[in-house]
This record gives sequence, C-alpha cells and structure tokens, in this order.
Amino acid sequence: MDFLGFVIICVKVLVVFSATMLTVLMMVYAERRVSAFMQGRLGPNRVGPQGLLQPIADGIKFLMKEDIIPAEVNKPIYLLAPAMLLIPALMTFAVIPFGSTITLFGREVPLQVADLNVGILYILALTSIGVYGLVLAGWASNSKYSLIGGLRSSAQLISYELAMGLSVVSVILLAGSLKLNVIVEDQQGYLLSWNVFKQPVAFLIFLVAVYAETNRLPFDLTEAEQELVGGYHTEYSSMKFAMFFTAEYANMVTAAALTVTLFFGGWDVPLLNETSMGALGAILSVLSFILKTAFFLFLFIWVRWTFPRFRYDQLMKLGWKVMLPLALINIFVTGGYLTLTSLR
Amino acid sequence: MLPLLFYFAAAIAVGTAISVVLSRNAVYSAILLVACFFSLALIYLLLEAYFLAVLEIFIYAGAIMVLFLFVIMLLNLGQEKAQEHFRYLQRGLSLFLVIVFFLGVSLILLSDSSVLHQSHETFSAGGVKVLGEALFTKYLLPFEVASLLLLVALIGTVYLAKQKI
Repeated sequence: MDFLGFVIICVKVLVVFSATMLTVLMMVYAERRVSAFMQGRLGPNRVGPQGLLQPIADGIKFLMKEDIIPAEVNKPIYLLAPAMLLIPALMTFAVIPFGSTITLFGREVPLQVADLNVGILYILALTSIGVYGLVLAGWASNSKYSLIGGLRSSAQLISYELAMGLSVVSVILLAGSLKLNVIVEDQQGYLLSWNVFKQPVAFLIFLVAVYAETNRLPFDLTEAEQELVGGYHTEYSSMKFAMFFTAEYANMVTAAALTVTLFFGGWDVPLLNETSMGALGAILSVLSFILKTAFFLFLFIWVRWTFPRFRYDQLMKLGWKVMLPLALINIFVTGGYLTLTSLR
Repeated sequence: MLPLLFYFAAAIAVGTAISVVLSRNAVYSAILLVACFFSLALIYLLLEAYFLAVLEIFIYAGAIMVLFLFVIMLLNLGQEKAQEHFRYLQRGLSLFLVIVFFLGVSLILLSDSSVLHQSHETFSAGGVKVLGEALFTKYLLPFEVASLLLLVALIGTVYLAKQKI
C-alpha cells in the first residue's frame, strides 16, 4: 500500500471514530431533551445555548469523580469489563458504508473504512463479543444485582442474536453477498427497491432484535432500575461507568446505521443516481445516510417512552417462540421465491 | 511482517491455551480460552480465510463460550473445589493422552512432511461461496447428518434437564 492510500485510510478512521463519538454525545443530550419534552418537562437547558454543552459538562464531571473500586470485587476482571464492552462497540462502525464514492487526488475513495467481504458477519460477530463486557462486569462486581443483570443480558443477547442473524440472512439472500457495499448497491434505483419494502417481515424482526441487543426499552431488563438498581454496572463509578454508558450509546448508533444500511438503502437517495453526480452526489449520499440514521436514533427514544418494559418470561417467549420461527419462515419463503424466479 | 504476526498469534494461542489448563479459576479459564480463539482467528486471517476467522469469533467466542461462562457463573464455580480425589488420576490420564497424541502427530509428520507444505492453490476454504458449495454438494450427507445429530443432542438435553415436560 502506498503512502497516500495509508493517509486516506487514517483520515477515514479518524473521521468515522470522531463522528461516532460526537453522535454519542449528541444522542445523550437528545435523549434527555426528548424525554423531557415527552414528559412535559424542560430537560437540561442551562449549560450553553439550549443546554447543548450539557454532555461536555457531564463528561468533565465523569472525569473528576472519585474512582471507587469496591473491596470484594475481582479486580482484574472488574477493570477489564468496561473496555471489553467499549472496544467492540467502537469497532463495529468500520464496515458500514456511509456514502458513495468520492474522487480524491485522482483516485476513487469509497466512503467506508474497510470493505470486508464478510462485512455483515463481522458486525454480528462483534456484537456477540460485546456480551462479555456485560457478563463479566456483572460477575466481577460480586454483587447480586450486578450478577442478575449480567446473567439476564447474556441470555437475552444470545436469544435475540439468533433472530437478528436469521432476519439478516434473507437480506443477504436478496443481495447475494455478505458485503455491505453490495447490499447497499442492490437497493439502488427507485424508492421501492429498498429492502424494507422487499423484506418487511425481516425488517420488523431485525428492528425488535436490535432493541433487545442494545438493551433498550422495552427490553432493558439487564438494567431494570426498579428491580436491579443499575443492573450490571451497579458497582461502577466515574469513568468506568462512563465507558459503559458510551458503549451503550455507540451500540445504538451502529445499530441505527446498520438498520439503515440493510433495509433503507444505506446512503441511497431515492430516484437519484449519486455515483454519476460527482462530489455533489457524494455529499447528498452522506447527508441522506445521516438523516436516516438520525431518524432511527430518534426512534430509540420514541419507543422508550411509548412501550412499557417486558417481563422476563415474555421476553424469552417472544424471542424463541415468535421471532425465531418467523425469521425461519421468512428465509424459507425468500429462498423459495428466489429459486422459483431463477428457474423461470 | 506476516511471519512475525504469525509467531505473535501462535505464541498467544499456545500461551493462553496452557493458561486455560493451569488456571484455578474457572472464569479465568473461560476468558483465556476466548483470547485463544481470537489468536486462532488471527491465524485464519493470515491464511486469508476471512470467513472462517469471523465464524471462529462469531460461533466459538461469541456464542459457545458465552454459554459456558453463563453456566460457570450460574453454578458459581469460583475456585477449584470439586473432584479433589480425582486429581491424580485425571492428571496421569491427561498426561498419557497428550504424550500419545504428540508422538502420533510427530510420527506422521516425520514420515511424510509433505502434509505441512500444501500448495496455496488447493487451499481456498476461506470463501463463503466455496465453502457453501462444498457443504451443499460434495459434503451434503455429512452436513445433514451433523445437523440431525445436533437436533438429537438438543432433544436429549431437554429430556435430561427436564424430567417432566
């Protein structure tokens, strides 16, 4: 690899990383403001204009707080657990294409950090690795609430990972590739070519599974405040708690971006051919990607204040007895349809 | 660069694998085994078997070991307590098996070292398409039998765990 290519990749990594972190900050702010709006409150509005600097104030507070390590914890694992959750959460965005190609210094630069030929599997693998952070945090804390939170999270994530993976399979069947780039290109063209119209069942299963995977309401049993204090992060304070918090929101950002990529055409602007429009097309594609992702991030908050929390047995029943069979039937129907049309 | 990475990954794999056995805490063993899977995935990557590398992490590290950890935590197996009286028998037996295995492998390799030097053309297990085609054409019967075996194991587990269904 030549020097220029190396620089371009470094810049892309930097841009994606800082964009993710910035979105996390904005999401923390938006979560509080939108929640307040939905409950007829004002929310944080004192720090900066409209309270926009509140996340930064929160971050400084996290840094300044005393870092407490409880006496009876298993120290190495207790210290390792937040990083084990945060690192996979920040790594996942690497394969998501966030725009069409641009031409820089006479070469085509795809707006995507790494175009792996197993892109979607990479994301699924990393989300399944994230469980370790939760489980080990729960176990190492040596506290009942943390342990229950950790156990619940592992059971929940494994159950919904299956439904999520199987719903993605039908999308892969349509695109014929595991590359996220190809999946996006497959959805180009007119509006109805988006996968959400071709695979509505898969989209619904995926959306519900995403909420379970990111531990958001109505599936936030791992940190159900009324029962478990704070769940797996009960014993964590200061920056280590902030790491859990960041990981959770980074997971949400990736999940929203992945939903857009798989089902809403990724960076596709309907009825436009971005790749033939040069720089303007690239900017439009990035904008459309950001807008769609922002909508799904908003949906996270919206759902949070719309649905009550599931009971644990209801969660398991939904995962194993509804979502999994539904996803399997969906694959069967999709595969059958594809076979029949290819025979003709 | 590549041989260096291989030695790095291999050293971690061997080191963590030994620590899995030596560690007295079951949770540590599980975590070390996950680290071992990661270094194995790195070796797969160096062999350009991307699909296998991701599957190694996805299935072994991401699903199976999580379940193991789940069980270890549920049973709360902290320090090694159980099977105190089995210890010598266990160690003797495992040492014997390891020696037999090692001797067998080295005998094969010494008699026919061409096993180690396969050409790169024949090795293409990394591609999703190649693997899928092989599974559904050449190895269809073993593939289906394996899935049946898994189903039987699943039913057996449910039957054993739940006396009354």
